[in-house]
Amino acid sequence: MAAQVEFHNVTLGYDRHPAVHHLKGEVASGALVAVIGPNGAGKSTLLRGIVGIVKPLAGAIHLGGLDARDIAYLPQSAEIDRSFPISVFDFISTGLWRATSLFGGIGKAARKKILDAIAAVGLSGFENRPIETLSGGQMQRVLFARVLLQDARLIVLDEPFNAIDSKTTTDLLALVKRWHGEGRTVLAALHDLEMVRNHFAETLVLARGPVAWGPTAEVLTPENLMVAMRMCEAFDDSAAACADDGHSQAA
Amino acid sequence: MIYDALIGPFTEFEFMRRALAAVIALSLAGAPIGVFLMLRRMSLVGDAMAHAILPGAAIGFLLSGLNLFAMTFGGLVAGFAVAILAGVVARSTGLKEDASLATFYLASLALGVTIVSIKGTNIDLLHVLFGNILAMDDQTLLVVAFNATVTLLVLAVIFRPLVIESVDPLFLRAVSRAGGPAHLAFLALVVINLVNGFQALGTLLAVGLMIMPAGIARFWSRDLTAMICIAVIAAAVSGYAGLVLSFQTRVPSGPAIILVATVFYVISVLFGRVGGLVRQMFPGRHLEA
Repeated sequence: MAAQVEFHNVTLGYDRHPAVHHLKGEVASGALVAVIGPNGAGKSTLLRGIVGIVKPLAGAIHLGGLDARDIAYLPQSAEIDRSFPISVFDFISTGLWRATSLFGGIGKAARKKILDAIAAVGLSGFENRPIETLSGGQMQRVLFARVLLQDARLIVLDEPFNAIDSKTTTDLLALVKRWHGEGRTVLAALHDLEMVRNHFAETLVLARGPVAWGPTAEVLTPENLMVAMRMCEAFDDSAAACADDGHSQAA
Repeated sequence: MIYDALIGPFTEFEFMRRALAAVIALSLAGAPIGVFLMLRRMSLVGDAMAHAILPGAAIGFLLSGLNLFAMTFGGLVAGFAVAILAGVVARSTGLKEDASLATFYLASLALGVTIVSIKGTNIDLLHVLFGNILAMDDQTLLVVAFNATVTLLVLAVIFRPLVIESVDPLFLRAVSRAGGPAHLAFLALVVINLVNGFQALGTLLAVGLMIMPAGIARFWSRDLTAMICIAVIAAAVSGYAGLVLSFQTRVPSGPAIILVATVFYVISVLFGRVGGLVRQMFPGRHLEA
């Protein structure tokens, strides 16, 4: 299977401090990959690097010819301004950016797509509700509906099941599996190890650098999890410059 | 009697008609910008920007006296310079935009007051600080109308990315590079409308006809389009009523307009459908679902 995402000795971070240090490897097209690690491990930074929000400090990420329009990104819900006066329908319709861009209208066909996406996540009847009136689980369903609408080959989910009930988790997990079944590549940052064991074939354990990456059963070992737990979260302002600038192995 | 008080001033005096046309133009363009300023939590940024245009207007004044066209041009240049510099510094260094802007606007304000005090009198300074919509000539009115037209056209172009960037900035950055240009264009529109408002209300109150109607609208709707419509109407009615108040009582026009808007704001805080105090105190019986 061809690679969909290639990490070429990539380092991602902020203000010269690495949050993800020297990651090498590739995600096969159509793979379903869980990214796990403690808080501050660099999971969100890695996903933001993949979608182009965070630029590498060194090395490179290649996406197999995909551009931004072929990628669907589900950010953590904390990043969304829920007080903004926008309805569920309008919010989800932003998933059609690829087709509408600045001026494109939303015609009958597009409207049907949006309504179908809303129905698929079980929110029919919520179309005109302001997003500020939704519960956390309902908002998560809205975000999934937007990903559905984006119809992307690469789907990147940042902690998509946080703080939602078991029924919502089950429903949304079914969507993730459906995307995987359709041959899309899915990467998801997760905390629920049981879910990862039961539903994700491949796992990357991250702790500001790669701890282990491979088949979930081989990677989710107590030893690897202990290494990840011992990770130091804090940036070291007195750290020396890294000797490996990442370019030597970059493709 | 009512006709004489409410309509007579506008049929009788050309300067009142010009002032009315100006406040309507200011309302149509400035109120939607104010709504976005408020929703993007940039209300005080707008206030800071209003001060930033002062040195440009002062240089125009220094070169051409109380020539509103020269002062407008100077204000635009100064406002754009501060907006773009603050925006670029914030986006390239990670410094919060309000902190970046605070530095630039304080320097700009100090420079502006210094320039005015070198040549002008206290009366000139008062004109710059509080404006005089009743002294507006045809040429200035055309500038105000032109700026309002440009604002509405540009806002139509950047409306979609502006909305998405306001509600979900990471998503927009993932799917498009339109966020940065849209933000800078928005800052430019803020400057244009502050300069417009500066003619009528002066640098200190220019932001008033943008932010106060937006604050009023927030108490009446949870829908963006409705909020923009309510803000435009609130601004236009405040402008009209303020002009009448100013004409009948000789209160300066700029403060009169803002004081009327303040009355509408207080009414909205008390009786607004969305979060108004009375509504919270007497919500009525709860619904079944």
